[in-house]
Amino acid sequence: MNPRRKKRMVTLLAVVFGLGSAVALVLYALQGNINLFYTPTELIQGKGPEKQKPLVGQKLRIGGMVVPGSVKRDPDSLHVEFKLMDTGPTVKVIYKGILPDLFREGQGIVAQGNLIAPNIIEAFEVLAKHDEEYMPPEVAEAVKGIKHQKPVYNNVKGDS
Amino acid sequence: MIPELGYISLTIALGLSILLCIYPLWGAYTNNLRLMRAAPALAIGQCVFVFISYAALVYASLTDDFTLVYVASNSSSSLPWYYKITSTWGGHEGAMLLWLVMQAGWTAIVSIASQSLPWPLRARVLGVLGFLGVGFMFYTLLMSSPFESLLPYYPVEGHDLNPLLQDPGMIIHPPLLYMGYVGLSVTFSFAIAALLTGKLDNTWAKWSRPWTIAAWLFLTLGITLGSWWAYSELGWGGWWFWDPVENASLMPWLIATALIHSLAATEKRGVFKSWTVLLAIAGFSFSLLGTFIVRSGVLVSVHAFTTDPGRGIFILGFLAIVVGGSLALYAMRASAVNSAGRYRLFSREVALWLNNILLCVATLIVMLGTLLPLVHKELGMGSISIGEPFFNEMFSYLLVPFAFALGVAPLLRWKQNKFNTLKNKLSLIALISIVITASWLYSSYDVVSLMTFIAVLLAIWVTISTIFDIVEKATKQTSILVGLKQLTTSYWAMVSGHFGFACVVMGIALTSAYSVERDVRMLPGETVTLNEYVYRFDGIKEIVGANYTGHAAVVSIYNNGEKVTELHAEKRRYNVGMQFMTEAAIDASLGRDLYVALGEQLSNGAWALRIYHKPYIRWMWLGGLIISFAGLLILLDKRYRGTTKASQKTKDTNESSQPATSDEVSS
Repeated sequence: MNPRRKKRMVTLLAVVFGLGSAVALVLYALQGNINLFYTPTELIQGKGPEKQKPLVGQKLRIGGMVVPGSVKRDPDSLHVEFKLMDTGPTVKVIYKGILPDLFREGQGIVAQGNLIAPNIIEAFEVLAKHDEEYMPPEVAEAVKGIKHQKPVYNNVKGDS
Repeated sequence: MIPELGYISLTIALGLSILLCIYPLWGAYTNNLRLMRAAPALAIGQCVFVFISYAALVYASLTDDFTLVYVASNSSSSLPWYYKITSTWGGHEGAMLLWLVMQAGWTAIVSIASQSLPWPLRARVLGVLGFLGVGFMFYTLLMSSPFESLLPYYPVEGHDLNPLLQDPGMIIHPPLLYMGYVGLSVTFSFAIAALLTGKLDNTWAKWSRPWTIAAWLFLTLGITLGSWWAYSELGWGGWWFWDPVENASLMPWLIATALIHSLAATEKRGVFKSWTVLLAIAGFSFSLLGTFIVRSGVLVSVHAFTTDPGRGIFILGFLAIVVGGSLALYAMRASAVNSAGRYRLFSREVALWLNNILLCVATLIVMLGTLLPLVHKELGMGSISIGEPFFNEMFSYLLVPFAFALGVAPLLRWKQNKFNTLKNKLSLIALISIVITASWLYSSYDVVSLMTFIAVLLAIWVTISTIFDIVEKATKQTSILVGLKQLTTSYWAMVSGHFGFACVVMGIALTSAYSVERDVRMLPGETVTLNEYVYRFDGIKEIVGANYTGHAAVVSIYNNGEKVTELHAEKRRYNVGMQFMTEAAIDASLGRDLYVALGEQLSNGAWALRIYHKPYIRWMWLGGLIISFAGLLILLDKRYRGTTKASQKTKDTNESSQPATSDEVSS
């Protein structure tokens, strides 16, 4: 091989190596950070044609409507639990912390957390979207056909 | 009446921009000077009519004209006048109109400031800008007109502006970002015009550089401000969420940053020519992609704009035409471009090349993380989300080689360097950096994680090597003062950009590692201690604002028994939309931020409070400002202003009827 070709070869190998390791790193980092989205029905009955259910301990996102009257607060701490539903069964979400401004009963929310029992999620993040009438598209798709319950404003600030 | 006027003048502007697209390009193709000369007048005419149209919308908003759908859903009569103005870009349709104003404004400025350019190039640049104008105006008129009327049945009161957008930061954040996005279209037009002309040389790089810098400057400011706005307004203390909308602004910024570096190499050394053109095309393509992501609602985002698939399809089609067309042109013409310069491994060229590669990889990672959920969903594999940890992890991997190279780069000269002299310098700098980092971190903090250490070390490494380079350059002259004066403005710009970067890295590293966040339940009179600061919850008071009512938690903060400050963390309820908003109270200083946000009311008179102690978080935004300052310095550089002026005198004496405003490149 003449020196020029050799140089090109080295450059090419360097590029391939760099690209390869970059892809490997990306895939490795992705592996732990993809969170599948479930609706309460999918969580209980399984998702997709194969009716796949998440494993207990898995990190996931869940979106649904907060079941009216299901929000329970612990009187002495920031511990709160509530139920979520779409078209079928309900699941329980437990959370410790401050709920977002737009969190309301009857409103669509998305929670991110770990599945600690087949129907209980320990959330570390609860999101209600900016827009008052906004529903996460996934939730809107899941609850299509259900009447959207008008939020009751008086209850929001009072002790529930 | 006024809204109809707005609609009509927008239609006229569309007509003008169609002419602007056809005339100069056809003129340049057939070498017809008369057609080419029509371009500046058309550009200015288009700009005037778009401005009239926008003024009509502002007027409608200020006069509470709720016959317009847009005003009715984004404003209300109780809104203060300045928010009535900002509400004109608070919703989708108005934001698009603002985009058009920027597009037309940039086009007009280019048409005025490009007098020194040869006609074929000037005509093509304006023609391409006209083409982009046509696309966006069609979109606005057909898909998202802000002048849609509700007559004859219109509401007596508007829906109010989203409370989140009722903030001073919001007044300037979107216009800044749009200036950046649209500014990149100028760079894009220069690249396409150069490809069409077939002349890609140092002069082209020199012309296109100030425009790129200006766009980049606006993007930098916009992103910095956006991050600060999210921090102070969203009420959960984060400053970057890797949200699709944020990513949409980050991608063009990363590409633009790569572009200004490679443009410097092209201008000074004539290398990387075809690569630079490709980046210029990519920069604008990414800002279009960002628009698509934000406007089509294909991705779930905190910026929940109204979703409309039709709009998405239009933008996607436009994106395909722009990207596909320009890449096809690039494929045809770029092979004719050859980069003349030769360089060795230890040279500034290679350092800049590395900078470009890493920035592009970063862009691809952001793109992957943003679009993968979309692809996943379209393939029917279910909805997924890609968490912040993914981005954080990838960016910390990228930071290491990037910052390392950034420290070495200023010491390198063009073409080649001797490795031995370099090695001694670098070892000395590395040693100094390690000593400073170790002594500082271990004396201030009990626990220092490896990643924090590396990040701070890299920030200090960049700083020290930049200082080293300044000293070395300055001491070459008879005295240091003379030496410092000898340094060029663009050199100082580089220094400022790199210092700013170091500052940002330092801020992010320290605030990520040492922030303390607590959500607590507090009764009036209770205290909480966080990092030597004692927070006492004094109680709740009622507040009444112009268009909202609510409560404020009064929190006194003590340090060593001395009162530091009293914060009022508000929870507002907006009268019209009945929406709740948390207004966090922040005591800011360079060393730390004390952050209090009010949560909901609990039983027995207790309230939920969110209390943060965030060290060095201001450094991040300060760094962003220092980086922007670099752009400002280059725009003020005499080199760019001087040449345009000098060449103006020699050319086009018959153009003197138009004002010679090439100095306004920076405005």
